[in-house]
Amino acid sequence: MSMSGQKSATAEQTPQRLWHGLAQLRHVREVNVLLAMLIVGALISLYTPYFLTTNNLMGVFRAFSLTAIMSIGMVMVIITGGIDLSVGSAMGLASLVTALCFDAGFGTSTSIAAGVGVGVTFGLANGLLITAVGLPPFIATLGTLSIGRGMMYMITHGVPVTPDTPEAFSVLGQGYVGPVPVPVVIMLALMVVFALVMRRTRFGRHVYATGGNEHAARLSGVKTDRVKLAVYVLSSTIASLAGIIGFSRYLSAEPASGFGSELDVIAAAAIGGASLAGGVGSVTGAVIGAALVGVIANGVVLLNINTYAQQAITGGVILIAVSLDVLRSKLTGGNG
Amino acid sequence: MTLFLEMHGISKTFPGVKALNRVDLHLRLGEVHVLAGENGAGKSTLMKIMTGVYRADPGGAIRIDGQDTVIKDPVHARALGISIIYQELAVVNNMTVAENIYLAREPLGRTGLIDRRKMNADARAVLAELDISIAPDTRVGNLSIGQKQMVEIARAISYRSKLIIMDEPTASLSHHEATTLTRMVRKLAAQNIGIVYISHRMDEIFEIADRITVLRDGETVDSRPAADMTRELLVRKMVDRELSQLFGAHLSHATHQVLMSVRGLGLKRPTAQGARVSDVSFDLHRGEILGFFGLVGAGRTEVMEMIFGSRSHVGTIAIDGKEVRIESPSDAIGHGIGFVTEDRKEQGLVLGMSVRENFSLTHLAEYCRLDVVNRRRETEACHGFVRSLGIKTPSTEQKVLNLSGGNQQKVVIAKWVARRPRILIVDEPTRGIDIGAKAEVHALLNRLTSEGMSIIVVSSDLPEILAISDRVIVLKEGRISGILGRDDATQEQVMLAATG
Ligand SMILES: Nc1ncnc2c1ncn2[C@@H]1O[C@H](COP(=O)(O)OP(=O)(O)OP(=O)(O)O)[C@@H](O)[C@H]1O
Ligand SMILES: [Mg+2]
Repeated sequence: MSMSGQKSATAEQTPQRLWHGLAQLRHVREVNVLLAMLIVGALISLYTPYFLTTNNLMGVFRAFSLTAIMSIGMVMVIITGGIDLSVGSAMGLASLVTALCFDAGFGTSTSIAAGVGVGVTFGLANGLLITAVGLPPFIATLGTLSIGRGMMYMITHGVPVTPDTPEAFSVLGQGYVGPVPVPVVIMLALMVVFALVMRRTRFGRHVYATGGNEHAARLSGVKTDRVKLAVYVLSSTIASLAGIIGFSRYLSAEPASGFGSELDVIAAAAIGGASLAGGVGSVTGAVIGAALVGVIANGVVLLNINTYAQQAITGGVILIAVSLDVLRSKLTGGNG
Repeated sequence: MTLFLEMHGISKTFPGVKALNRVDLHLRLGEVHVLAGENGAGKSTLMKIMTGVYRADPGGAIRIDGQDTVIKDPVHARALGISIIYQELAVVNNMTVAENIYLAREPLGRTGLIDRRKMNADARAVLAELDISIAPDTRVGNLSIGQKQMVEIARAISYRSKLIIMDEPTASLSHHEATTLTRMVRKLAAQNIGIVYISHRMDEIFEIADRITVLRDGETVDSRPAADMTRELLVRKMVDRELSQLFGAHLSHATHQVLMSVRGLGLKRPTAQGARVSDVSFDLHRGEILGFFGLVGAGRTEVMEMIFGSRSHVGTIAIDGKEVRIESPSDAIGHGIGFVTEDRKEQGLVLGMSVRENFSLTHLAEYCRLDVVNRRRETEACHGFVRSLGIKTPSTEQKVLNLSGGNQQKVVIAKWVARRPRILIVDEPTRGIDIGAKAEVHALLNRLTSEGMSIIVVSSDLPEILAISDRVIVLKEGRISGILGRDDATQEQVMLAATG
């Protein structure tokens, strides 16, 4: 065996190496999804120049920002080999509890804290059911999904809660930083922070190791139960944050808010390259995945396609994206 | 003996690695052909090409019965009469022996349902032909590893294979099972079946080989009848060094200071499988290499898992005279214990991660500030071990999945040694690694004891235990049946304690 790779790398001229580096980018999943998004965007803008206006683009960004925020938590759960079906309920219940607190006359910080508390509670419940009791993540979070949704209907009797809120609170959902909506700023900030956490910290490494081979990770000294508890708490807490932002946008907590959103969130993570088998995935990939779905949704509206078709198109995108990935790794990897 | 399969000028390139470089191989019916070579020499890759798992680079040729043939995939290979028995056995545990043998080609009755009676009868006939005494309706999950291997051989025979490839088949077998297997191999050869046999065990190679081919760095360096080969020559061809230079003399660094004392160790919840370990008491001295020997099923691994906290136990463990509570691996690691596990794929490695990430998983905190990993220092440390252990990999970023079996084993050793535990438990440390690397591992263990580390070595390779241990503890049916000093530990004494 000779190390032909190293030899040729040193012999290469700099521009060639640059080209080689760019060629390598092809293998990075995020880049592929980003490319797909740019292509879709270009196609849409061919039909309607309105697509590329700042106004529309910022609207698109804001529309998918909540899904993207939740997908950041979700992808960490998926990387450990788990799944969190309860994010929609955590989101909805958090927005409802925040609204109820305002309704009861509490201040902004108390109300937000209560909403976040809902998320933490969801996460602890999920995490403990999975690690201490030993339930499969699918079952544990399916249970808390139903409980959360049921509680929302019980509390509201199906009627939205619309309290008076201070001006400052609505900045969270309705404000702008320059031309950029505040939810988008929050999304980007969370993305950067958690991408760094996953790529550069010990915790991040442990998350990947737990999903890659839990047994080996535990025998190497990784406290896998703690890692799992942490990602479920993060996922629910981030979802509750999305709920609070959503409430701040419409200032009305709907009993159905967040209903079914777990599927969009899982889809975003999967399109972005996360493997449900665990060990593989990235935070930026998940956000870009959410963006791709968001752009398509916008295109459907702008091109006057039947909105019901949007869901079918999204489904198609998931299947195509993941299939391409599987086929590509079969072709290049070839390791049986 | 008739020529069956010829490979001419076979090359295989992976990204960054030339695994095979114009290899020639001639296989005859009725011949046991041993393929030998260092870790990463390309043996498994060559076999994967022969069974259609990989396609060779253009330029070479494969001829079967004189006809140029392109082997498209494993199913095609089997149709051509080539079967392989992998070390990681490919049996379905929840199914019966007969169901496994006839998997995906179950005999159907007139109704279109599986004809169970015929399937069992056919399976019984195949098993009888090979003198294997396993009932066809036994669940495979209840069989030992050696028996599972017999089921795989029966399956290969039932395909009417002309060539059966075995890639390190005895690596995880007990001594007795290994003997049964080698006898089976001779019998298959007598029935005019060709065998390709890959092994790192010298005794075994000379016991069964008709012909030996040596690969080094992806090239054929020698091929001759076994009768013309000697051990010295084989080692020289494989590693390019003299056998006598490989293994240094044993230098003891053992002291009389007790580092860890184990008292009355036993299983908390005895399970149906495995040995019922009970009442195991011993001391581990500072700087000592303590060998643990026993037949498969004697409970050696169980004892180590209890000490390491991955199996719950009764009894006490004291380190430096103070009793410690060990309820999880991270407790054990916190008390300075490291554990090179026996099964590298299941327990030792995260296969999808890089060499670097696997290496540092045990001691990542060393490269961290405020929990942020310093990638440069991590890579440097990993690089040092790749060099000192001779791990063959194009870079530290290679996924361990793509390393050869023996090189994966070296990564497991590196990740624990780098943590510098006070007590290092190594379970079958040299399984699947070549003779040169084995000598390096022995030298490494010896060097570590000179730095004050205490080491427990579990191995079913008795000569290995005798060569490197300062004392030997023999387990039998879950209990200690002998503790022998280096001078008293002879092959006979140890076997007597293990079986007597
Ligand atoms: N799928 C792969 N991708 C990249 N490199 C590979 C792949 N498979 C094997 N290699 C490399 O090819 C070389 C030959 O590997 P192979 O598994 O054939 O060695 P081997 O002779 O069987 O060694 P061992 O005795 O350790 O099992 C090694 O350097 C290995 O790292
Ligand atoms: Mg091999």
